[in-house]
Amino acid sequence: MEYFLIEEQKMLRELTRRIAEEKIKPVREHYDETEEFPWPILEELAKADICGVYIPKEYGGTGGGVFELCLAVEELCKVDGGIALILAATALATFPILLFGSDEQKKKYLPDIAAGKKVAAFALTEPGAGSDASALQTTAKKEGESYILNGTKCFITNGGEAQIYVVIAMTDKTKGSRGASAFIVEKDTPGFSFGKKEKKMGIRSSPTRELIFNECKTPKENLLGREGQGFIIALKTFDASRPGVGAQALGIACGALEDAINYSRERIQFGQPISSFQAIQHLLADMATEVEAARALVYATARMIDKDPKARVTKEAAMCKLFASDMAMKVTTNAVQVYGGYGYMREYPMEKRMRDAKITQIYEGTNQIMRNEIALALIKEAAKTKK
Amino acid sequence: MGIKILEDKCTGCSLCVEPCPFGLIKIVSREEVGKPHPKYKKIAVIGQGCNLCGACLEPCSSQAILIEREEAKPRPDISQYKGIWVFAEQKKGKIQGVVYELLGEGRKLADQLGEKLSCVSLGEGMDEAAKELIAYGADRVYQIEGSILRNFQDDPYTDVLIDLIQKEKPEIVLMGASAIGRSFASRVAARLGTGLTADCTELVIDLKKRQLLQTRPAFGGNIMATITTPHNRPQMATVRHKVFKKRVRQENRQGEVIKESVEGKALSLRTKLLNMVEDITQTVKLADADIIVSGGRGLGGPENFHIVEELARTLGGAVGASRATVDAGWIPYSHQVGQTGRTVCPKIYIACGISGAIQHLVGMQSSEIIVAINKDPNAPIFKVATYGIEGDLFEVVPALTERLKEVLE
Amino acid sequence: MNFIVCIKQVPGTTEVKIDPRTNTLIRDGIESIVNPFDTYAIEEGLRLKEKMGRKVTVISMGPPQAESALREALSMGCDEAVLLTDPGFAGSDTLATSYTLACGIRKIGEFDLVICGKQAIDGDTAQVGPGIAEKLEIPAVTYVKKIEEINEAHIRVERMMEEGYEVIEMGLPALITVVKEINEPRLPSLKGMLWARKAKIHIWNASDIACEKSRIGQPGSPTIVNKIFTPPPRKGGEMILGNPEEQARKLVEKLHEAKVI
Repeated sequence: MEYFLIEEQKMLRELTRRIAEEKIKPVREHYDETEEFPWPILEELAKADICGVYIPKEYGGTGGGVFELCLAVEELCKVDGGIALILAATALATFPILLFGSDEQKKKYLPDIAAGKKVAAFALTEPGAGSDASALQTTAKKEGESYILNGTKCFITNGGEAQIYVVIAMTDKTKGSRGASAFIVEKDTPGFSFGKKEKKMGIRSSPTRELIFNECKTPKENLLGREGQGFIIALKTFDASRPGVGAQALGIACGALEDAINYSRERIQFGQPISSFQAIQHLLADMATEVEAARALVYATARMIDKDPKARVTKEAAMCKLFASDMAMKVTTNAVQVYGGYGYMREYPMEKRMRDAKITQIYEGTNQIMRNEIALALIKEAAKTKK
Repeated sequence: MGIKILEDKCTGCSLCVEPCPFGLIKIVSREEVGKPHPKYKKIAVIGQGCNLCGACLEPCSSQAILIEREEAKPRPDISQYKGIWVFAEQKKGKIQGVVYELLGEGRKLADQLGEKLSCVSLGEGMDEAAKELIAYGADRVYQIEGSILRNFQDDPYTDVLIDLIQKEKPEIVLMGASAIGRSFASRVAARLGTGLTADCTELVIDLKKRQLLQTRPAFGGNIMATITTPHNRPQMATVRHKVFKKRVRQENRQGEVIKESVEGKALSLRTKLLNMVEDITQTVKLADADIIVSGGRGLGGPENFHIVEELARTLGGAVGASRATVDAGWIPYSHQVGQTGRTVCPKIYIACGISGAIQHLVGMQSSEIIVAINKDPNAPIFKVATYGIEGDLFEVVPALTERLKEVLE
Repeated sequence: MNFIVCIKQVPGTTEVKIDPRTNTLIRDGIESIVNPFDTYAIEEGLRLKEKMGRKVTVISMGPPQAESALREALSMGCDEAVLLTDPGFAGSDTLATSYTLACGIRKIGEFDLVICGKQAIDGDTAQVGPGIAEKLEIPAVTYVKKIEEINEAHIRVERMMEEGYEVIEMGLPALITVVKEINEPRLPSLKGMLWARKAKIHIWNASDIACEKSRIGQPGSPTIVNKIFTPPPRKGGEMILGNPEEQARKLVEKLHEAKVI
């Protein structure tokens, strides 16, 4: 379907596609097996100026927005859904700085991220605080010129490899949801260490680690926005990053669909290619329709955010993440089905997609939370208009 | 300068359409293009890109096509040029195999034209070689000796050959399309301002026009083109190894050797050959092999190439590879067969787990016998294989190796 | 040092077909690309610039659409681009092309090294590189797989031969043609692509580069294409059936019959 991309967007997509095909495809299996961090791929993205597609020109980026980020993430995920996180998860941590950072903070951190010199990670989740983000236990106490952080974060993407961390911690437990603040903490800050690396079902090339803060001092200049804004920053960040998760799911599903179609034309059973059987045709038709619907939703949402950064997009962002991720799980499962026995074998690139797709239904807000948010937004809107 | 359709003469007969090698001529309604005529309803129109080759002139039934050319340079007098020459490329004093093949073909051309076949040998200590060249069909050998000529170097070789060509005026000069031959021929042709056709697969004399028709592949072998050098001499062509057959050696054949030395002569030399390093990783050179066993993506990984190597060893052949395996790092580039690798034409080419993409086919489709082993019955390689085996190469190839071991020992 | 890279725009696929009615090439619908061997030449030029400084100028002779190939080279990092285009260049064979490019290079001005790809995938002649060197009267080495050393006055290269390689040194200015082994061409960067889109390309015609009319295009081409045709297709032969052992046995029999073993 034609989405009327402008010249620069077409160039971005084409370049990212080339990187995905030429640089990522040959090594995706390797990174899935070894679970190493794909530094060489980061280098390629950096050389191509892709790390900064969503970062303003004045900070070293190419001045695009959420839409450009989604285009890049989608193309990368068509080939591998995990390696793309070196870009996507960094973006998740960069949005707080873009949206709430002071000029000094932006000048200090954005150029290195845009140049692909540094990777970032967003740290909200804790063992006791997943969907219930308000149950945060990590504290940040102001002392002199710094804040002292204490606590543990878990399941942090890019944890251990990133140099820049945006951490949400409670500065005032008595204020509940207004008592959290966001801080930038750099790796190698004394008191900041890492726990175990998680062994995951999918996106295995993306490191997921525990972060341990033990009397970790971060300068007061690293407070993002104001004290108490922590959850607002997190929510606004998710509004900007959820289309990215949608794009990740979209890319994974798209890659699965393409391979499934091609396979069905080559695989001969009962003397004909299986693509001539209606059972397969109907599967493919449904898959393709859902992929396209997801794409339309993700793109529209991303464009909306870029056109009007002040608009309330929580509902739409949640919708596109919800729909695309559920769709991706369904499409990759059916794609494995089309491949039959071969779809189950690790030798073929299909089963990985199914393993990778699952996380998109869970992180950056589970799809159950997405439904909550959408419903809440619907009811609020209705209440407003009823008045 | 240009080409014109004379509007009052053109009858729209369309006889000019087919002969145009670029398909540029269309017949259109005169009314549509605003060129009415009392008698004829149609007219020819020539599109962009015409190179004034003039192929349309003769067929035109009403002399309605006019080509105006710039005052061309006065054509050189080519009637003085006679004789076929073959450059006797040598490495370390050894005449390269392609030279004998060129002598074989050259002999045919010389006989057709009723001219002499000569060899040009540049080197040091090439007396025995000169005799061999005569035994293989040369009527005359120009043996130029000099220490500066011991190994091929662009400048002195070009100076010497050009000098000789200008003195002796050969009609045709043939060289092997080796790394040396292709560079050398390009230099010589450029300096002489004459035509050179590379990688010819067929050479035919057009006796009527007294021209050499040089046929060669283009677009990776998908298209064949026949080229001529109508007005310049010598007509130069390079030919690849194993395209023509070696001539039969005649022990007591007589011929003339004209020996000359360039010692003390001032020849240019702008490059310095510092070293020659041999690559001894390949035991049987791909280019010369009569039997090649190639492995493709179907092998699954570098660790499986040994299956191919075993079969090659048993047959005494070389190991080839598809581009996919080379790009994946399973085997070095020196084994790559195909458009961006080597072109081979062995007696037997056995392709194991190779799908047969056009870029690969281009490199091996002139092999005498092609055997394809692939588990995909729709693999394009089966379309060109003399013998096709649909099966799992991990079973078929070892079985083949086994059987061959039984039979050959 | 100043480097000049010669490139050619070629059809994206060599799977060209001949229209059976007109016996001419079907060029419609085939995308154009930078000749693959030339991308290695561009990459080598960029690496040399990164090492030795100054600039890389990329030059091409072709129809107006060859501009897109030059822009691709610019997006990889070349500094300037020149397109030699003129109806008078039509019908050029390799000699006329070498002459034309040499005139264009002379107009560009001072240069230290001219870098060409080994050959173009449509013509496959590998003649233009040495031809340009001849017209510019500079030394040349073809099939370069590695530049061992380069300084203001000399260059030392490894030249790939059938059974190994030669090490050759020559003075600058000079010309080299490069093979795939020499490097891994970089992908363009987004910023490079955006800059290249708007960059000014110098477009020169025959009189701009002071060509003699008789040496360009068809008048300047000693060779002429008489005809083109598709080679007779190689037909498939027979399929050998059975289990692997049977197939092996039958094949060996056939090869024996054919007297190849």
